[in-house]
Amino acid sequence: MRRPPGDKEHLGRMAGLFAVGLLVFFGLQWFMVPPGFGRYGHYRSGALDDNRDRPLRYAGRAACEECHTDVVEARKGSRHERVGCEACHGPLATHAASPGEVKPALPDPRAICLRCHLANVARPRGFPQVQIPEHSEAGPCSACHKPHAPEIK
Amino acid sequence: MNVERREFLRKTGKLLVLTASAAGAWEALAAGRPEAAPTYNMFDHWWGMAIDIEKCIGCGNCVRACKEENDVPRDPRFFRTWVERYHVDPADLERPIVDSPDGGYNGFPEKYKAGDGTKNFFVPKLCNQCSDSPCVQVCPVGATFDSPDGVVLVDKTYCLGCRYCVQACPYGCRFIDPRTNTVDKCSLCYHRIARGLTTACCEACPTGARRLGDLKNPEDPIHAFLRDHDVHVLKPQMATHPKTYYNALDGSVR
Repeated sequence: MRRPPGDKEHLGRMAGLFAVGLLVFFGLQWFMVPPGFGRYGHYRSGALDDNRDRPLRYAGRAACEECHTDVVEARKGSRHERVGCEACHGPLATHAASPGEVKPALPDPRAICLRCHLANVARPRGFPQVQIPEHSEAGPCSACHKPHAPEIK
Repeated sequence: MNVERREFLRKTGKLLVLTASAAGAWEALAAGRPEAAPTYNMFDHWWGMAIDIEKCIGCGNCVRACKEENDVPRDPRFFRTWVERYHVDPADLERPIVDSPDGGYNGFPEKYKAGDGTKNFFVPKLCNQCSDSPCVQVCPVGATFDSPDGVVLVDKTYCLGCRYCVQACPYGCRFIDPRTNTVDKCSLCYHRIARGLTTACCEACPTGARRLGDLKNPEDPIHAFLRDHDVHVLKPQMATHPKTYYNALDGSVR
């Protein structure tokens, strides 16, 4: 008949099981937790790079003004001086990257103006707004107002 | 002898630090991501947004720019930023009439008449970039987090699509992208601000009603804006400590 295990053997088995459990735990942790997790907080630090490494669609005003110095000059002192270029011309990072190849189309010289200047009760009172057709029935706004310096002198 | 040892330690220390930072920069350059080279230090910034309701004309430029820049689904249920129109009886602030046709993507066709005794104004909305964001607190897997520069971001590879954060956001700023079945939200154009540009919505805003600001930079004009205007945040009772500040925020705005 087999002798029942003594105190030492009991402890030894427990220690062995514990060691195996720890090994499995650390193994799983090593396998499942991605690198960089917990570097700055409870998230994967690589997610910051993922969020950063996306392409631009809007080049930004500084990029436009590097080349189009004549427009900068034309807008000086006008009420449109501080309007961003791409607010009317649309996203043009592709044009800024290769100005020779990508030629942007000009915005519609009536629809683009009405987007901001068509009268609307909810618009701030001091903002210049026009009633259509009272102000102008049809035709491009640029017939009277130059978009880069809209004041009629 | 002692002095020499100190000098030696100092020089070796400097050399070690320099080598480590050069190696970091070289790694990023070699990986073809020069923008990830450590020229942008996350710990030097704390981003927020200042919105001037008195300047918002409801043109919808920000909504279109945001969808374009961040490849947001064109379906008019999904927005990272949108514009609301408020129609308020001044004596009944509790019940404003709010509409936002296609989030303001196509502007706001005139609906109300002048001189009927109501208040009418536009309110642009976006992620409030809370300092204590409920969405971050509830995410079970660490897929949404506060970046060291104060932007609430999403790890798309880690998101389970469990929608807990969508329910937790008191401002309704999150949605599930139907193409990936993961959550999406305003990232404050993190890819732009890390390159030293402003956000797409600020770039496209013709009146300067939105302005990105670095609250850690003492020279940023946002400090003057916050000082000189009666500034409020949305739902302060939620204790989310938002970093999107509104000038001239009417009491009826939810």
